[in-house]
Amino acid sequence: MNVIIIILLSGIATIFIFLAAIGILRMPDFFLRLSVTVKATTLGIGLMLVAAAMFFGEMATTSKVLSIIFFLVLTAPVAAQMIGRTAYFIGVPLWKGSVLDELKNQYDMKTHELSSGAEDEDKGTGK
Amino acid sequence: MSVDNFLNFFVVPLLCVSVVLVFVRIVKGPSIVDRVIALDLLITIGIAIITTYSILSRNSTFLDVAMILALIAFLGTVAFAYYLEKREKKK
Repeated sequence: MNVIIIILLSGIATIFIFLAAIGILRMPDFFLRLSVTVKATTLGIGLMLVAAAMFFGEMATTSKVLSIIFFLVLTAPVAAQMIGRTAYFIGVPLWKGSVLDELKNQYDMKTHELSSGAEDEDKGTGK
Repeated sequence: MSVDNFLNFFVVPLLCVSVVLVFVRIVKGPSIVDRVIALDLLITIGIAIITTYSILSRNSTFLDVAMILALIAFLGTVAFAYYLEKREKKK
């Protein structure tokens, strides 16, 4: 039973990581590549580490694995957000098939501050 | 089917192919941010390979290395993002 669970977990994890690798090679622009890799690898590594924890079945290994998973889940979105923001500033082009760019004209390119689009309304009502 | 056979004949080959695919993106990458996320993904696949190896060799000490690699991947990506943005601001 334990063997089946380990095989299932590590197999799904491997398939997820493989799909992320295909995605980073085949996706047409940077932002799509970013969205593919971060999600797929977080899930893949998590499942792989859980498989390792089940294989060893010790308290020491399990706590190590849990700390790695916690760290990955905590840091992967932060890193992805920062690198995506940087890419937007240095002018990485969007795919020509993208239909929506909600950040357009919202960033002050000099000070790198984000406006919400509600500032003009405040001025209009005299607040 | 034992765990060892499965890891040796399914997991390790697929992870190795993934490394090659990501490396193609590092070489091709049109912009520098593409290369940064490809490097991040490469280190993450490295964590998976280390985990597999620690199962195959029955030695859970290797998981410490995986933890350090996760740290380095995060620090590297954040440092690249910070300095690339700073360089753009200066221009």
